[in-house]
Amino acid sequence: MEFVGAVVGWFTDPVNWSGDDSIPIRLAEHLLLSVVPLVVALLIGLPLASWVGHTGRFAGLAVNVSNIGRAIPSLAIMALAAMLLNRWLVDIGLRREAGEISTMVAMAALAIPPIVTNAYVGISEVERELIEAARGMGMTGLQVLRRVEIPLALPVILAGVRTAAVQVVATATLGAVFGTGGLGRYIIDGIAQRKEEEVFAGALIVAALSIGTELAFAVIQRRAVSAGLRGQPTPAVREPAQVGLPNAGI
Amino acid sequence: MDWAWLGRNLDDLALRTLDHVVMTVLAIGIGSAISFGLALWIRRRRFLHGPILAVSGTLYAIPSLALFALLIPFTGPQSLLAAEIALVSYTILILVRNFLAGFDGVPPDVVEAADGMGYTPAQRLWRVELPIALPVIVAGMRIATVTVIGLVTVTALIGLGGLGYVIIELGYRRFNLTATIAGTIGAILLAVLADRGFVLLQRVLTPWAARRRTA
Repeated sequence: MEFVGAVVGWFTDPVNWSGDDSIPIRLAEHLLLSVVPLVVALLIGLPLASWVGHTGRFAGLAVNVSNIGRAIPSLAIMALAAMLLNRWLVDIGLRREAGEISTMVAMAALAIPPIVTNAYVGISEVERELIEAARGMGMTGLQVLRRVEIPLALPVILAGVRTAAVQVVATATLGAVFGTGGLGRYIIDGIAQRKEEEVFAGALIVAALSIGTELAFAVIQRRAVSAGLRGQPTPAVREPAQVGLPNAGI
Repeated sequence: MDWAWLGRNLDDLALRTLDHVVMTVLAIGIGSAISFGLALWIRRRRFLHGPILAVSGTLYAIPSLALFALLIPFTGPQSLLAAEIALVSYTILILVRNFLAGFDGVPPDVVEAADGMGYTPAQRLWRVELPIALPVIVAGMRIATVTVIGLVTVTALIGLGGLGYVIIELGYRRFNLTATIAGTIGAILLAVLADRGFVLLQRVLTPWAARRRTA
């Protein structure tokens, strides 16, 4: 009970609600640290997967790269990015931003595989007859992609986006190890300074943010699906191109 | 790459790799036992399906570092118990789903035939349903194991880590790129070996599948 009191005390302490190390600032840092890599990963991943899914070219390669990506721990990718990029970033005058930038690069790289795998699987599994019917109606390749393949694959595509989003919020926490801001600071600094209530309180906020992200994207996913597709069972999950599960090492 | 450093630290690297393997095996072993029990329970009481998957899904959404951090105040720092509780809880969502999918994939007429031959429910489970469900169960084990091998590295941040210790404490914190690369390659190799190992295990345990392939 004493510990619960300490955690409640931490949350109600005015020090934690104003200034550089306050909850609102850490939360804003965390969101920025998450949104930028997610957007970059979407801008790279979705066009790539659409092209691979539509043409069927390099499909094996895309799936294999994604599967290999699952075997590399996120923490290792982040450490490698920090060690390889930070010196160069300092050299070009970005000393203060180096940790943030190298972490975001690693996070974007980590978010691409779930986006690509799901979008590719979704698009490539649209039934051939539907595509042929669309072609027969005189649609061009791009029109088939935009009006038939993407809407039909949308539930699976969005499942990948949701996986990537939850994963990005999780890996942003690890950024604190590499000198970024964000909510991970409470956990990493709290462990170093043996402030257990701060560790616990920080972890609670991170957990709430992750679950909130998961739920928010679940709502988006449900809203964005075409009415004609609602109520249909989601495609079964198969191996080894696992759809809907995050990479190793969140 | 600093090959001299690698040579000097082979013993330590081997020990850290062993730690990594032990932590992974513990999590997968305990996680499989719990998930098997939960799957059997859900099969008997269907209404538990939603709640159990919702709880394990929620746990799955919590970042590993946060889950470790939530447990440390109760277990103390550098706690293997905290690490294993978190690792096991991540395996449960994957494993329960695949145990259930495996059991659901057993054709009803096969179950009926087993009943007709006088199998007790336990005999039917062990001799008929589990063998048929095995490929889907092993698929779940593969994903769970690769995931846990990655997550074990994060326990470096609470003072454990296996190869994660090599990547972060020996590598990143001491500007030793060789250590980080060695730890990373070690973790990838473990994941690939475990994955291939499960594929082999599945082949050995389901010899009829191979016969069907060649036929």
